Amino acid sequence: MTYDQPAFDDHMSTVDFEVARRPHITVNNEVCRSCRTTDCVYACPAKLFVPTSDGGILFNYEQCFECGTCYQVCSGQGALSWTYPDGGHGVAFRKG
Amino acid sequence: MPEHAGPGTTSTVVAATPQRAVDVVVVGAGPAGSAAALEVARAGHSVVLLERGPYPGSKNVYGGVVYGRVLDELVPRWWEQMPVQRWVTRRSTMIMTPTQALTVDFRTQAWAGPPYNGATAHRSDLDGWLAGLAEKEGAVLVPSTVATGLLRDTAGAIVGVRTDRPDGDLTAKVVIACDGVNSFLAKEAGMFAGKPTGHVTLGVKETLRLPRSVIDERFGVAGQDGVDIEILGCTRGIPGGGFVYTNLDSLSVGVVVDPHGLAGKRLRPEELVADLKRHPAIEPLVRGGELLEYSAHLIPEGGYDTMPELVGDGFLVAGDAAAMCLAAGIWLEGVNFALGAGMYAGRAAVDALKVGDTSKTGLASYRRMLDESFVLADHRKLRRVPGLVLGQRMQESYPAMLCDLAQGLFHVDNPQPKPGLLKLVRRTLKRHGIRTRDVVSDALTGVRSFG
Repeated sequence: MTYDQPAFDDHMSTVDFEVARRPHITVNNEVCRSCRTTDCVYACPAKLFVPTSDGGILFNYEQCFECGTCYQVCSGQGALSWTYPDGGHGVAFRKG
Repeated sequence: MPEHAGPGTTSTVVAATPQRAVDVVVVGAGPAGSAAALEVARAGHSVVLLERGPYPGSKNVYGGVVYGRVLDELVPRWWEQMPVQRWVTRRSTMIMTPTQALTVDFRTQAWAGPPYNGATAHRSDLDGWLAGLAEKEGAVLVPSTVATGLLRDTAGAIVGVRTDRPDGDLTAKVVIACDGVNSFLAKEAGMFAGKPTGHVTLGVKETLRLPRSVIDERFGVAGQDGVDIEILGCTRGIPGGGFVYTNLDSLSVGVVVDPHGLAGKRLRPEELVADLKRHPAIEPLVRGGELLEYSAHLIPEGGYDTMPELVGDGFLVAGDAAAMCLAAGIWLEGVNFALGAGMYAGRAAVDALKVGDTSKTGLASYRRMLDESFVLADHRKLRRVPGLVLGQRMQESYPAMLCDLAQGLFHVDNPQPKPGLLKLVRRTLKRHGIRTRDVVSDALTGVRSFG
């Protein structure tokens, strides 16, 4: 996005993930394209929601903190399908 | 079709026999869950402690201090074994604008030795230690396992949980939900029916490595003494606050904000942390720190009025799952409330098992013990404070006004004579557009709540 992107990648590279095969969160771009607030783009602390040129959202579940912020701020009915990763997968904080 | 935990999960009706796999299932090996499992195991009942992460604490993040006094009831001389980073002997509250900072800084050596007051810790250490205590008493910790839903009998009573293990249904006489801030199990059980939801804030944190001696010098402490700084006015008007606290050879710095406020200001949480780290009052403290870990978590900050029902048939809710974080301005606590609630939930389950009645009636002692202790007494008393603290005046107007007031007080404007204090106050209030009646009203809310 901007010049600070590498710095944020450095942030995320400090976090351990046991990435699961199953994407535990998926977005429905049919709904996202009609969204005018895109709260998720700003609020997701892992910066996983990236706006695309056609007004949709590009989402990658792999570095998710599983915090729940996206489903708290999302106002689009059915835009998010949200679950926890299966046991033992996902983020593993060491210094929380 | 595999099942997963999340919003909108549904219960599975099973033909429950009086024979259950275990007496109690505790979901979530955080402070609430481990305290509950410890009390149940100690009383000689079978208890399984489920944890969805690979180890306790792997999904957990917190914002500063563990107040351990309630542990006196669980572990004699707990301070000799708890995995502590530093004992907090300096507690500061800082209010700031982009160029100013006004700090109330308290220190006491009374908190530097037994029986101590607050400590900083890493959650993977702390939660692992607590779960280990429960295991030593006979609780069975099952990590890497998600409770994906509830099992109910035909009458609707909760009789166990479904997990994501093969043949993962686990029946129990009591289920204690300590599954954290998103509390999907309590929602599935209907405990939030009619309650306001969504009162969560987002905490983001950086843990920065610095040599122990550098931290000692910068924060003016020695040995294992440590510092906790809570900050107001560092979130560009988005409701929230900030913090800096010392670990042994690292600092943790972060902000807590209303996640709904970020998009409107086109700001991201890590930008607010970067802001805070650049502030002239904070930069000299964190300078040169190497990022060890970036982390984030939701915090249930709504207080008493946003808590769910706490007792159901065969079901108890404790900790963050029951919105038990206390975010009341000068007090920011959560782990201690989780420990207390978990302990009482465990005791209530034991009471119910003893008389063979694990219905809502049989488990009612949980609510009574909470009511009679700090857990609900503090929350009831301070129920109006989250609204006050997260309001616009407390977030923006007052910090700026107080910083300017201090600057007016200490700025020597010779040859002008010093202004009278009342005149200075009136002038500063006016400059910030703050009406006296709002100050009086907020002061009254404060006095009524804190008094």
